[in-house]
Amino acid sequence: MSQFHLNGQAVDVRADDDTPLLWVIRDELRLTGTKFGCGIGLCGACTVHLNGRAIRSCITPVGAVAGQRITTIEGLSVDGQHPLQQAWIAAQAPQCGYCQPGQIMQAATLLQDFPNPSDAEIEAVMAGSLCRCMAYVRIRKAIKLAAVAMQAAGAASTPAAATQGGRRHE
Amino acid sequence: MVKRIVLFLLAVFVLAVVGLYVLSWRPKIKAIDPPQASSFDPQLVKRGEMLAGAGYCATCHTAKGGAPYAGNYPMRTDFGILWSSNITPDPETGIGRWSEAAFARAMRKGVSREGRQLFPAFPYQHFELISDEDLRALYAYLMTRPPVRQEQRRPQLPFPLNWRPLQAGWKLLFVREGQFGPIAGKDPQWNRGAYLAEGLGHCSACHSPRNRLGAEKMGQARYAGAAIDQWYAPPLDARNRAPVPWSEQELFAYLRHGATALHGTAAGPMSPVVHDGLARLPDEDLRAIAAYFADRFGTRGKTLAAPQAALDRAMLANHIGTAQQVEAGANLYNAACSSCHYNHGPMPLLVRPELGLNSALTADDPSTLIQIILNGIGVEEGLPGQMMPGFSHSFSNAQVAELAAWLRRTRTDRPPWPALEQQVAKLRQEPSSGTQTEQTGARP
Repeated sequence: MSQFHLNGQAVDVRADDDTPLLWVIRDELRLTGTKFGCGIGLCGACTVHLNGRAIRSCITPVGAVAGQRITTIEGLSVDGQHPLQQAWIAAQAPQCGYCQPGQIMQAATLLQDFPNPSDAEIEAVMAGSLCRCMAYVRIRKAIKLAAVAMQAAGAASTPAAATQGGRRHE
Repeated sequence: MVKRIVLFLLAVFVLAVVGLYVLSWRPKIKAIDPPQASSFDPQLVKRGEMLAGAGYCATCHTAKGGAPYAGNYPMRTDFGILWSSNITPDPETGIGRWSEAAFARAMRKGVSREGRQLFPAFPYQHFELISDEDLRALYAYLMTRPPVRQEQRRPQLPFPLNWRPLQAGWKLLFVREGQFGPIAGKDPQWNRGAYLAEGLGHCSACHSPRNRLGAEKMGQARYAGAAIDQWYAPPLDARNRAPVPWSEQELFAYLRHGATALHGTAAGPMSPVVHDGLARLPDEDLRAIAAYFADRFGTRGKTLAAPQAALDRAMLANHIGTAQQVEAGANLYNAACSSCHYNHGPMPLLVRPELGLNSALTADDPSTLIQIILNGIGVEEGLPGQMMPGFSHSFSNAQVAELAAWLRRTRTDRPPWPALEQQVAKLRQEPSSGTQTEQTGARP
């Protein structure tokens, strides 16, 4: 019985407060982009954003996010054209694709904190997002592509930022 | 001979009981008709609201999910469970029939309107410091809250501890007038800080260890840190083991915002103190409290050397466990922690609490770290709007212990915690009275 904002819309849910947020998102609100992986917060497939930052929705009780802003992969961008999503296509990152929504949501927080991430930064922050197809190399490539695109977009809108941070490619 | 000794002991016992009765007797203060809310000056009520924040009265006088100030919050002590009283102006179950004089006596002397001795879980020894004017404002604020009918639950204490006249003996042993201040010869800002911290704020009620009879230890032991409500309240002086010293600015930022990048977040019982209590105080009062404690930490008015060494050490240690690992602790950290706690560069980010700088890792008692791993930190706690989910369903006791031990080993220079796994088991079984739901970390 709680209320929160999902992808910009207020939602009222019937589930008990201790129901995992993931179950509410998938089963009650019918947004199935977010995936169930391990159910104990150790694989990253269920990653969504709470107030703009990545959390594992499978171990987050829905009562704990009452009144807060939740964003799922469906809400990351209105038209599916977030730089990370574009980079994911450009790098052909997914294999089976199951873990990718979680990977992208985690990568979005990574790029907020480390706009020009090194390999070590990517490895450390993405360590909790498992991919059984071993697409890690392409995921890393896509993150770097998105970083470049986002920095270029940022530089275009704020000229002062253009001088900060060099481009870095594999 | 034996008969004489028995008779003598019996006489001593009877005398002690009668003596305590006499000693503990306090007159009843006449009941009044509940005053109309409109009879109080709104300015006074407003001031009382701020002061009730400074004392975070609602934290202990509100049950989880219950009406504000209606009581029945469980206070788990070493002696048993005490349930807080209803301080709404309900005439039957609250303080609706209490005059201001009765309120003042309860606050300062620990005696109810009816003349009953109150248990010292209510820190009246501290409240003795509150000025008449501030007491009047607090009274005005509480008497204008919505009255809530809710009977206070009886204390779950073993006999004879539940025999209230015994409290008179306790007071005789441990309560001294003016024991928490004031101190002459200090500047007004320090004095304001001391007034708030030692009076309404009763900081040492949690941050000082207590003796076997539950009284705050005085002298050297004051502010030495203590286990409280299944958490650990760290020392509030130079004995504090935070890697970066607590400066006046850091203390202020922590008390104002609930988190700083160099020290960490206010979690557990400290969270409502900051977010539901001190939030109502103006900046200058928080600066005064910060100045008072900075003086205790020995950092007040000093230009502290940049904490670069501690910072560099933490930022370096941060990388341990983020590459491929074989150690069990590192694997757990990699899977569950590093996506949010990893930092890189000269300074940690506020939104990525840096474990190497956090006193949960350096403290003598691991309870705080274990609580946070098990139950997480809610969105209204710590840094508002951010949360950490609890891992109580993800990790076994052995895994929590493994992770805690590994963090301690790789990120501090402190010796290993003994009997960690047993402590995890204990904390998992005995929930804290605080704001979090057992197991899930959810908030009501």
